[in-house]
Amino acid sequence: MEVRELELDLDAFEGPFDLLLTLVLKEELEPAEVDVAGIVVAFCERLAERGELDLEACGEFLVLVAALLELKARLLFPDEEAELSELEPEEAAEELARRLAEYRRAKEAAAWLAERLEGESSRFFRLGPAPLAPKVERRLAPQEPEGLAAALRLLAAEPPAVSLSHLQLRFPPVSQFLERFRTVLSRRRVFDLDAEIVGMPRIDQAVAFLALLELRRSGEVSLEQAGSFAPIRVRRLEERRPEWTGIARSA
Amino acid sequence: MDRDRPFRLITAGPVDRLARTVEALLVVASQPLSVDELAAAADDDPARVETALGLLGERFAEERSGIVLEHVAGGWAFRASREAAEACGRLFERPVERGLTAAALETLAIVAYLGPVSRPEIARIRGVAADSVVAGLVERGLIAESGREEGIGGAVRYRTTPLFERVFGLESLSQLPRLDDVGEEAVQIRERLEAVAERRGA
Repeated sequence: MEVRELELDLDAFEGPFDLLLTLVLKEELEPAEVDVAGIVVAFCERLAERGELDLEACGEFLVLVAALLELKARLLFPDEEAELSELEPEEAAEELARRLAEYRRAKEAAAWLAERLEGESSRFFRLGPAPLAPKVERRLAPQEPEGLAAALRLLAAEPPAVSLSHLQLRFPPVSQFLERFRTVLSRRRVFDLDAEIVGMPRIDQAVAFLALLELRRSGEVSLEQAGSFAPIRVRRLEERRPEWTGIARSA
Repeated sequence: MDRDRPFRLITAGPVDRLARTVEALLVVASQPLSVDELAAAADDDPARVETALGLLGERFAEERSGIVLEHVAGGWAFRASREAAEACGRLFERPVERGLTAAALETLAIVAYLGPVSRPEIARIRGVAADSVVAGLVERGLIAESGREEGIGGAVRYRTTPLFERVFGLESLSQLPRLDDVGEEAVQIRERLEAVAERRGA
């Protein structure tokens, strides 16, 4: 007789015993969900069917089921371990007896309910969801026609136009900065952009930067920056522009 | 309902008219109605509603009518007469109690006697986790949530529903029989445990 192949049909599990153990060990099945008494009953029935005592199977079953029981007990009463170990044997026996009596009472009550259910099996009645509660009529308080008109007039009045003036941006012309930078460059070969635009509004600073890019594009300056957010150094590209213009003129 | 009393026809008296109204209310209701609910809907006096219920009880009694008036789950409701049960059973099943397992009945008993009671408490008494059984009973409508245990994150507590009383034919939970005193039982069980321990020791 193979204990591991014992077929089980429990509330929480249906299948062979070894699969149940595997699931419990893999923590895919809560030991607390397993009705151990049901397993014992299934085993005893199988044993009775065979009509002979298979000592080896019994031994194996006892070991397995005891381990399962211990696991289940530990999980069911995790925080009671300390509490129970503090009890004197006398008190522990009393506690155990009290719990067994409590459970027996629940079983008795269940037996009464089962009997009652059997006795009331001829009880048929209409079952359905509760009907909707009747609609409560809502009555408006008496209203003054003048008050109503005043309220409507308020709603009918055209709302004031919303001003978008704060959204309008005024960009200074790029040429203004081109001229300015060219003037600076005519006096100095090198200047720092930051020094020239300090104190200007952000819009002006942005346009100044665009002017700088324009100068760079036309090859009038070279730009250097040591790193992100470092000062931008503007250097005049001396000879090229006059030379180039000169050639152009002479050509 | 007293079957020996003569069957009274409902005539056109004021209480008789109220009885007809109450009868109509019970026909449209899908759950037992209390005297107060009936009185409010009929817009009449509760004492007169009780008199009207008395009249209806005589008329809608077992062996007299296919419809029987009964006091159940704290209210009044119509059900089919017992002699028609077989025919009713051929028409439809009683889904609420179909396949109630022993585990479910035990849990139901614990909730009925000790409710409101939480799942951990049920698990402690039965020695098996109660989660799936409790969920099944909630789905059947036999038990329902009823607050939480005290303290932060307290476990949900459960109690039985009016449907439970109706299925089991109880006027109220007080109709559940008293069970033997636990103290006395504990002593007996303990004596048995000790007897077993002595035998093993010998």
